[in-house]
Amino acid sequence: MKEIPGDLSFLKSHEWVRVEDNGTATVGISDHAQGLLGDLVYVELPNVGDTAQAGTAAAVVESVKAASDVYSPVSGEIVAVNEALSDRPETINEDAYGDGWIFVVKLSDREELQELLDADAYAELIENEDD
Amino acid sequence: MTRKTVLNETHRALGARMVDFGGWDMPLNYGSQIEEHHAVRRDAGMFDVSHMTVVDLAGPRTREFLRFLFANDVGKLKKPGKALYSCMLNEQGGVIDDLIVYFIDESHFRTVVNASTREKDLAWINRHAGQFGISVRERSDLAMIAVQGPQARTKAASVLPTDAASAALKLGKFVALPGEELFIARTGYTGEDGFEIIVPEASAVDLWNRLLAAGVTPAGLGARDTLRLEAGMNLYGQDMDETITPWEAGLGWTVSMDDGRDFIGRAALQAQRDGGVGRAMVGIVMDEKGVLRHGQAVLTENGQGEILSGTFSPTLGKAIAFARIPAGEPGSVRVDIRGREVPVRVVKVPFVREGQAVLA
Repeated sequence: MKEIPGDLSFLKSHEWVRVEDNGTATVGISDHAQGLLGDLVYVELPNVGDTAQAGTAAAVVESVKAASDVYSPVSGEIVAVNEALSDRPETINEDAYGDGWIFVVKLSDREELQELLDADAYAELIENEDD
Repeated sequence: MTRKTVLNETHRALGARMVDFGGWDMPLNYGSQIEEHHAVRRDAGMFDVSHMTVVDLAGPRTREFLRFLFANDVGKLKKPGKALYSCMLNEQGGVIDDLIVYFIDESHFRTVVNASTREKDLAWINRHAGQFGISVRERSDLAMIAVQGPQARTKAASVLPTDAASAALKLGKFVALPGEELFIARTGYTGEDGFEIIVPEASAVDLWNRLLAAGVTPAGLGARDTLRLEAGMNLYGQDMDETITPWEAGLGWTVSMDDGRDFIGRAALQAQRDGGVGRAMVGIVMDEKGVLRHGQAVLTENGQGEILSGTFSPTLGKAIAFARIPAGEPGSVRVDIRGREVPVRVVKVPFVREGQAVLA
């Protein structure tokens, strides 16, 4: 199991968000989630300019095994998407918390961040899940 | 209750991700199912298939019994060791299961049926066996390892006793070398050459470890599914069941009607063929990005069908599937993926033969 970076916040559904210095928020899925999904073969990205709603699906990741919605942990306009994933979806398997990021949101409501799990709470969640 | 094969601890020690498969705790993958898939296509991989149900049938009238029980004709099996793929049908012509049957000697045949259908298969076989005086014996004391890939036979032979190895390397395709301690069949479920090896449970871990040492890659159910679908092989429960006849499941080639033989389901198959079969199973390839999945709607000019088995093909690098669609020329075909109609091509199966893409 990979170390969970301390600056990330999580949804219970295994999406992470990192608030950047410029006030935008980068979103991806956790290393635990990529492990559950197995080899990823397709990522359906949102469009830049779309509006993400916290707790609703904004992207889809597909492994050989299953398709899975990616819920946005935060609301706001999507200002960037990781186009590299179109050709190399396996980047998420290799580096879920780094190069495997999926999209960037311009936060419209910072209060939403308070609702998320911090890294320790998320680590505890997945530990209990494994039992 | 979850059942475990004798290799369960071995899989866990290799770091397998385990899943429930028809009540069995089985390895899904040992890391990357795509790498395991490629190992089988390019070199050699092995699968624990001990969950499958081995049934030995004995009695002087066994051949007669199986000619009545199965839709393919066991009468085709002339040489000891020879294997046959068949469906076992109900009276309505629906598929109770698909299976392989091996001819051992005139009073002894072995069949291997699916794990998920074990109970109903045994009940069906037993229900009809009595009138032929057949003894039906489930062999849950045996384990089975499938070794598959272009290097599978050579690597497997390197770990077998010398006499068995040289005999195994001489086996023709779809022929077995029967034996109680070591049963070696040149069969499989991947579209590659290889062996399915049946041994007593007590020998299975040792055989697995020797194969591992010989450079055979452990592969899980994930790779097994993508390999068999690329090879154009049906999966029971997903591609056919008791409501589907072989005509509707791309399995007409396994039904032997011309021999005049009476078998269970024959009248229904005849009637359906005479009346015209309304649905057909076809291969589908999607050139756009995305993955075809079980249950997606397939839109054709003759009406709607559905995706049966669907997956991402590691060999082709695109999505492939079986679909059941209305019979006749389908015209332009699309699949509904989350509300988007994506064009697909109808193709002949297999999608991959001996490691190579069959598609243009």
